[in-house]
Amino acid sequence: MSTASQPTALIKTEVLYTGLFLLGLIAPFAIYPTFLMKLFCFALFASAFNLLLGFAGLLSFGHAAFLGTAGYVCGLMVRDVGVTPEIGILAGTVCAGLLGWVFGILAIRRTGIYFAMITLALAQMVYFVVLQIKATGGEDGLQGVPRGHLFGLIDLSDNIAMYYLVYAVFSVGFFIIYRTIHSPFGQILKAIRENEPRAISLGYDVNKFKLMAFVISASLAGLAGATKTLIFQLASLSDVHWHTSGEVVLMTLLGGLGTILGPAVGSATIVTLQNELADKVGSWVTVIMGTIFVVCVLAFRRGIVGEIQALIQRAGIR
Amino acid sequence: MEIFGVPSALLGSQLLVGLINGSFYAVLSLGLAIIFGLLNIINFAHGAQYMMGAFIAWLALTKLNINYWVALIAAPMLVGLFGVILERTMLRKLYKLDHLYGLLLTFGLALIIEGIFRDQFGISGESYEVPEALAGGINLGFMFLPIYRAWVIVASLTVCFGTWYMIEKTRLGAYLRAGTENSQIVQALGINVPLLITFTYGYGVALAAFAGVLAAPIFQVNPLMGSNLIIVVFAVVVIGGMGSILGSIVTGIGLGLIEGLTRVFYPEASAVVVFVIMVIVLLLRPAGLFGKAA
Repeated sequence: MSTASQPTALIKTEVLYTGLFLLGLIAPFAIYPTFLMKLFCFALFASAFNLLLGFAGLLSFGHAAFLGTAGYVCGLMVRDVGVTPEIGILAGTVCAGLLGWVFGILAIRRTGIYFAMITLALAQMVYFVVLQIKATGGEDGLQGVPRGHLFGLIDLSDNIAMYYLVYAVFSVGFFIIYRTIHSPFGQILKAIRENEPRAISLGYDVNKFKLMAFVISASLAGLAGATKTLIFQLASLSDVHWHTSGEVVLMTLLGGLGTILGPAVGSATIVTLQNELADKVGSWVTVIMGTIFVVCVLAFRRGIVGEIQALIQRAGIR
Repeated sequence: MEIFGVPSALLGSQLLVGLINGSFYAVLSLGLAIIFGLLNIINFAHGAQYMMGAFIAWLALTKLNINYWVALIAAPMLVGLFGVILERTMLRKLYKLDHLYGLLLTFGLALIIEGIFRDQFGISGESYEVPEALAGGINLGFMFLPIYRAWVIVASLTVCFGTWYMIEKTRLGAYLRAGTENSQIVQALGINVPLLITFTYGYGVALAAFAGVLAAPIFQVNPLMGSNLIIVVFAVVVIGGMGSILGSIVTGIGLGLIEGLTRVFYPEASAVVVFVIMVIVLLLRPAGLFGKAA
């Protein structure tokens, strides 16, 4: 069965991705670009997070630290140092990667639930540091970040130009994640997730792989954060708050843990929901998010994309 | 009078604050440790349940005129009952899955609880009067000791050691310890393990609510009072390791004191000192101070 169906399945996937890519190119003419940009940032953020939880089985409850730190670094570089946007994004991404390396070294010393608690505690430490040092503007956040000119040439204050930059960043980030998952490295991560002692006995340096996955995930989360700062021209304290760390877990869980498109679908759902609900229900948003969390964990663990895949599979078997 | 160039009254009062925070850390991390031992779940809703305890006490006083002492017993029982319901209806379904789902479920529950309280009471915070019998204070010569604060320390230590005694010295505690080691064998020996699990979760949650009632007259009763505290308690749990009951108590109080000292000598770092210690402990002794090597 697999020999016959695999090529067609591959073609189908390629058609799907090409279609989605083209859709993204024309989307800003149909939908409000700022909303789309926010959506793509969170889609990249959640996909990066999913690389860690869905494929390496590591639950980080501190991913906001990478999103936020990169955002602040990018904002400071662009606003106060005066670099061009692409350098700012790069600087933010690198800093998030370095921070991820530090988090990773500490957190992989423990597994499972402790791993989650350690990442959460470290992220909270980052939150307090950001809150207290002067450069970040404390409670006010970092405001008035100019979008600048990409490569010194293209004016990003135009929303459509900015959109295509964000879309390019998202596509590159998503492609990196896709390639990572489908590489031998990704397969080893899955092996570690499924059975760590066996991976060790096969001779893999498990901690090295976990750390690498963590750094990649943190860097890409940073890429999303740095881009987000340019879009909204500000970096806020809420980007480093644990609520954001929880949100990205929810997006991934709702979309489908360990699926490739799931996190993007999940973040699109949550961002849309937040946009729609924000003025209508006020503080009930938190309650609704919590309820989705509970429902997902109790009855909907495969997530939206996971359920669809299961449906297709069942149909295929018949 | 000065110690290390710091007025003794300042040092004394910050140490007292540290000791009080430490007592809360101890009670909360003890609850987390008991729950984790038997259920293998980290109860993220612990902070929200602590907040519920404080709010029930405040509501009881302002709306029903029920005094502090009744609330101190009734609020933990009510929140414990709430915990029992959560365990029976939701947590129970997750035991066969990855432990992380328990964390995610309780995280969602924490969001729901906090969201509802925020909608009802706002985030400005309510104040709760210190009960009359515990008002006032004693002048110790080098510092002023409010009686209520002394009571908080005594009460939390009593509850902590009571819990320790129950687990280490009673028959019920023996079941609990055996269930932590290997619940299947305990069940095979004819002990109702599911009931034991329900009871354990209820008790752990009740401990959180008890801490909440104790905290009500000291801190503002605020829907968000638990969420920031619980992250520090997580760090405390990582530092101490969840393997030992006494370990949780000692670590909690010790870290509270260190935090108090930091507030005197280097106030900027007081919010992060616990996390810094966590980093150091992870580097030197990854299993935690009292933890068993994983």
